[in-house]
Parts: sequence; structure tokens; C-alpha cells
Amino acid sequence: MAQSLDNSDFRPTGLRGVAADFSSDQRAFKTASWGKAMMWIFLLSDTFVFGCFLLAYMTARMSTPVPWPNPSEVFALHIGGQDVPLILIAIMTFVLISSSGTMAMAVNFGYRRERGRTAALMLATALLGATFVGMQAFEWTKLISEGVRPWENPWGAPQFGSTFFMITGFHGTHVTIGVIFLLIVARKVWRGDYDVARRGFFTSRKGQYESVEIMGLYWHFVDLVWVFIFAFFYLW
Amino acid sequence: MVEIPSGSADAVPTAEVEDVELYHPKSWWTKYVFSQDAKIIAVQYSVTAISIGLVALVLSWLMRLQLAFPGYFAFIDANHYYQFITMHGMIMVIYLLTALFLGGFGNYLIPLMLGARDMVFPYANMLSYWIYLLAVLILVAGFFVPGGPTGAGWTLYPPQAVLSGTPGGSDWGILLMLFSLIVFIIGFTMGGLNYVVTVLQGRARGMTLMRMPLTVWGIFTATVMALLAFPALFVACVMMLFDRLLGTSFFMPAIVEMGEQLQHGGGSPILFQHLFWFFGHPEVYIVALPAFGIVSDLISTHARKNIFGYRMMVWAIVVIGALSFIVWAHHMYVSGMNPAFGFFFATTTLIIAVPTAIKVYNWVLTLWRGDIHLTLPMLFALAFIVTFVNGGLTGLFLGNVVVDVPLSDTLFVVAHFHMVMGVAPILVIFGAIYHWYPKVTGRMLDDVLGHIHFWITFLGTYAIFFPMHYLGLLGMPRRYHELGDTVFVPPSANTLNIFITVMALVVGAAQIVFLLNLVWSLFKGREAGGNPWRATTLEWQTPQTPPAHGNWGKDLPVVYRWAYDYSVPGAADDFIPQTQPASGGVTREVVA
Repeated sequence: MAQSLDNSDFRPTGLRGVAADFSSDQRAFKTASWGKAMMWIFLLSDTFVFGCFLLAYMTARMSTPVPWPNPSEVFALHIGGQDVPLILIAIMTFVLISSSGTMAMAVNFGYRRERGRTAALMLATALLGATFVGMQAFEWTKLISEGVRPWENPWGAPQFGSTFFMITGFHGTHVTIGVIFLLIVARKVWRGDYDVARRGFFTSRKGQYESVEIMGLYWHFVDLVWVFIFAFFYLW
Repeated sequence: MVEIPSGSADAVPTAEVEDVELYHPKSWWTKYVFSQDAKIIAVQYSVTAISIGLVALVLSWLMRLQLAFPGYFAFIDANHYYQFITMHGMIMVIYLLTALFLGGFGNYLIPLMLGARDMVFPYANMLSYWIYLLAVLILVAGFFVPGGPTGAGWTLYPPQAVLSGTPGGSDWGILLMLFSLIVFIIGFTMGGLNYVVTVLQGRARGMTLMRMPLTVWGIFTATVMALLAFPALFVACVMMLFDRLLGTSFFMPAIVEMGEQLQHGGGSPILFQHLFWFFGHPEVYIVALPAFGIVSDLISTHARKNIFGYRMMVWAIVVIGALSFIVWAHHMYVSGMNPAFGFFFATTTLIIAVPTAIKVYNWVLTLWRGDIHLTLPMLFALAFIVTFVNGGLTGLFLGNVVVDVPLSDTLFVVAHFHMVMGVAPILVIFGAIYHWYPKVTGRMLDDVLGHIHFWITFLGTYAIFFPMHYLGLLGMPRRYHELGDTVFVPPSANTLNIFITVMALVVGAAQIVFLLNLVWSLFKGREAGGNPWRATTLEWQTPQTPPAHGNWGKDLPVVYRWAYDYSVPGAADDFIPQTQPASGGVTREVVA
């Protein structure tokens, strides 16, 4: 929304500053715009969604009477005559974490108003995200061809397939939505919408470069969630 | 009371954000139907919620008829009875109470009470309503599909919710219920984010958090809770959908149905209960906290006295909100758990009584020596206190494991939760509608019709739910379509059952008076003027009534004092609006 009319020089810092901001009028978070505050609170809510999913997975895994499939065998690729455990997932994780790097750079260049670089880095982020989803699709295909279904699998507890497809699918959906919005925001950056404060098609609000950062918050969150999914599914 | 030295207190911080540019509707459609104005959205939410609530009301009639006169109504067989129970519960809790308090009152009051022009993201706010409407339509569609709506009980416990023996279990019913809930949660999130960010970031100059009316505190805290609790229901719904559609076994243990071994195995029904109640218990307070907040403002305004212990009231709301996330398993005592957990959850449950009791004492102390006007909002507020104390005390019984186990699944539980989260919040809703209707429409609701409505509703609901405590103690089970002959329930209990049913019919019919009043007063009601209750809060200080698009005309209001400067000694009037500059004046605001 409207830029903050900055008076940051006069504000106390540290815990005292937090208390002062919360007991002040108008805004509790003095440096956060409406959009940014909304994204943070949405991510908090979404954290609870993923938290519930992962807790449900842990409960299912601990309470099922049948043995759980061994992840380092299930998620191995057969390369050059031998099974390499977790190789695909290592690459996927590397790709996704790298995309957080390009995203952070895009935010930086966005605030410097470098249209071209910002858009290019966002496109790179979207490309890495799409690569991740592509590799996930490959992994799904491989597992399905080996007989893993949401209701059964050849190696043990049927909840393995159920939780795996559900949670990685839910995360993959988040990444896909992120890629779509990255492309939309990148297009707006490239077209210069944020330089001329062009109004949004739906909301008729003036566009601004902060959208890049808000997009970045979402993207980093999706990456962070992946770290947990990776740890709980592939390393446990 | 603080004497304010002239000059210094008038210093109001400079504006930190520029005034927003609102979307200005260009056609009738974007002004009244696909409106982005929170006030219109609030009315849309309220009308939809009340309409679907009437469906739930009729369902409760049908259940009561069956309980009082088993066998007389051939069309209410066991399946239908369970479908009525399920739909009644789900509609009342989620599609009526949650939607009306947060979507209805939240949308109307948050921007107006905080001196904002609108919610921070009006477009998402509009989407929130339309998605909510879609959720309601999906829910209602359950009545028209093969097999009818689900009859799993509003808690939708697996495995029975997805088995063919349960109405709607192997047909469309359960699917539509789960879809509807998922859609509702998505829609609610869009609105809920708006409410929270508006409260945190969209207040007027001078409106500190500790100057917000308690109504806003209640709605705000409830919304934060809803944003953290609905995820658990969302996850539970998704997983149950997969159990039903894909044949997964998240919640399904190995099970035999109709002599046939099902494909499921290894799932945990208890997991669903945990997820459901991690949502379900905060949900109680999602409904209760807005009611607490609103009733505080009604009492203060109509007793012409500042609310007693404002800061304590705020902290009590926050503490109740936080505690309600660690009590959920008290709904599961009979499911069985480690005794240590039972001890933990019983303890946390009873601790909640402390901040809640603080609130009740503070309401009573606000009334103490107040200039009490027995207006309709005040009557409903008083009725709320009585009803809520009653339901709260039986909550203390049920919070203890040893008391809960024998009383569980009896009418005692039905009496308890209807008192505490059914009738009590509904009474506040009525009080709030009588209080704010003049602001929404510019006209007063009719007093005579209102009194008829109040007395029948208040005394009638007591007549319905108070005897249920006795029936519950006799051991009369809830959720039974027909009791038949038992050794422990005497035949005379049926007399009481008939009495309850007659009262239910009467109370339900009294709501027609209320609806008539709403419609009649819209056209013929007395002109209200801008501030008929002589209240202090910002929504009564708008330049126009009903408030125009953008709420405040050219300049946003500036707030100089808290919301409760009633009957301040030395002041010319018995109320001082929040917008009145403080210089040389007086206030009762306690400044830390």
C-alpha cells in the first residue's frame, strides 16, 4: 500500500521497540506494509497446515502395525549398475534451495529498480521451481511404476504411499502455484508495471516493487517446508 | 479518573500511511452484489448465515418432534434423524455462528470501530464471501443428492463416517460435507487474513491496541485462533476425503463391513479425533470470544459506565484464546488415553475457568451502580450472562475425567454445550443486532416486537435446555433416534421430553417475530439518527448513517481516548466520543 512515511530514526530498538510499536497507534508492525503483514500471517496459518500434515504422517508411521519401507532403498536410483540412495532427492533439494538464492537476488534487484535483472532472476527462480516439480513428477512416476499406490505398496505399510503422495503432492502444489505467480509478477516487473504504479486487473490497487519481496516470502517458506518434508520422509 | 492537562494530550501522532484509494463501484452489480465494501459484505454474510441457520432450526424441530413423539412421524426414520443431527450441528457451529460473528460482525465493525475506510484488501474480502456462499451451497446440495447428507454426527468420526451403514457414508453425503468444509476454510482464510491485518495495521491515528473496543479484541483474537485452528480441520478433511475416494487408510483400521473384510487397514481413528478437536475446541472460543467482546460493549454502553478492568478484559481474551489450544483432548476422555494426559487436559480445562470467571465478574462489576437502561441489547446481554454462567459451570463438571465419563453422551452434554456455545452466543448475536441495526439501516428495530422476541427466546431456551440436565443425569443418551424401554429412564421422563419439544417449537416460532421485525423496521422503523444509544465508539460518529462508502468522508477520524468514557464526572454529557479532543477535559482511561 502507501509507502511508510518514515520516522524510523526516532523509534526505540530491541524489546523496548517491540513494546513501543505494539502499544502505538495505527500499526503494530511499523515497517511492514499491509501486503507483507498479510503474507506473514498467511504463512503462519499455512505452517499449521503443513504441521498437521507432518504430525499426521508421524502418527500414521508410528501407529501402523506393519513395517515401514526403508527410505534409502525406496528412494534410490539405479545408476551405472548400482543403486545410489537418495540421489534424486539430493538434486531436487539442491535445485529448490538454489531457487531461494535467485529469489533473494531478485528481491534485492527489485529494490534497486533494475527491471531486467529482477525479471530475469524471477524467471530463473520459476525455472528452478518448475525443474523441481518436474523431477518430483519423475519420482512419482518411478514409484508408481514400481507399484506404489496411495492404498498399497510392495514393501510394507500402505500408509507410506498415502502420506507420501499426499504431503509431497500438497507441497508440489504450493511450488506450482508459486511458479505461476512468479511468472505473473516477473511479467509485471518486465513490463514496468511497478515503475508506473499500474493498477492491478482485479484489485485496481497500484502495483509496486514490494510484490517481488512478498512473492519471495512465499517462495522461501515453500523451500523451508521442503527441508522438513525432506528430513521426515527421506532421512527418517 | 485522570485530569488531562491541556495541550499535551492533544498531540496525536502524524499519519504513518497515506490514505487508501478505494475501489469505487461503477455499476449496480459492483455496488450491491459483487461489492468490495466491507459493510455490504457484512450484510451478505449475515443474511446468508441467518438463512442457513433457519434450515438448521427447522432440523432441530424435526429432531425434537421425533424425540417427544417417537413413531408419529414416519418420515423421520433413524437415517433421517442422524442426518438432521449432523447437519444441524455443523450448520449452527460453522456456517451460522463462525460466519456470522467473524464474517458478519467482523466485517461491519472492525473497519468502523477502528477508523479505517475498509478492510485492507477489499477484493480478497469479496472473494471470501462468495467462496463462503459456495461452501453453503455445496452443503445444502447434500439434501438433494442420492443417499442424502451425511449422518455421521457433526464430529464426523471415522470409521463410521465413511462406511455404508452410515447415511451418506458410501454415497455423496460425506463427500459434499468434506468438500464444503474445505471450501469454507479457504474462503474464511481470505476474510480472516483481512480482519487480522486490518486490526494490526489499519487503525486510525490515536487508536492504540489498548484503546480498541473489546468487540474488536474479541473478533481479532477469535480470527487469529481460527487461522491457526482451521488448518487442523482442513488436513483432517483432506485425509478423510482420500480415505473415502482413493481407498487410503489414514483413519481406517482393518474393518469388517456387512460380513466383508474391507481393503482398509492400519489407520488410526483416534488421529482424526485429535485433528478434529484441535480445531474443535478452539472453535468453541472462536464463537465465544466475539460474543464476550460484544457483550462487554453492550453492557458498558447501556449501563452508561466504563467497562470494569478493561486491561484485564483484554488479557483474559488473549489468555483464553491461548489456553484453548491445549485443552482439546477433554473431548476424548471416553476414547481412552494415558491417565497422565487426562490429568493434563483436565487441569488446563479448569484453568480456563479463571480468565473466564474474571470476565464474568467484570461484567457484573460494570453493572454495579451503573445507570442501567433496560434496552433490548441490555436485556439480551443480561440474559447472556445468566445463560453463560450456567453453561460454564456445567463445563467445570465435564472438564473432570471422572465426572465426564459417566455423563458423556447423555443429554447433560447436550444441555451444557447448547447453553454455553449455542444459546449464549446467539443471545449476544440478537443483542448485537438490536444494538447495531440502527447503524446498518438508519432505523430502529421495533421495541414491542423486540420484547416479545426477547422474553420468549430467553425463557424458552431455558425451558428447553435446563430440563435436559436432569434427563442427562437420569442417563438418557444423546444421539438416540428412539429410546425404547430401559430400566433407568422412567416413563415420566417422556413428559419432560414433550415439554422440551413444545418449547422448542415455540422458541423457533418466536424467531419469525424477529425476522418480521427486521423486515418491517427496514421500511417503517423509527428514524435512528447517527448515535441513538449515545455511544462513544467510532462507528457511531460517522458523518452519515448508514455510513457511506469509505466510512468517513474526506478526513479520517482521530482518536483521543479509550472507548469507555461514560458518565465521566465533570463532563457535559454522560458519554464522551473517542473522537473528542482531550485538552482540558477528563477521562477514565487508565494509562499505564
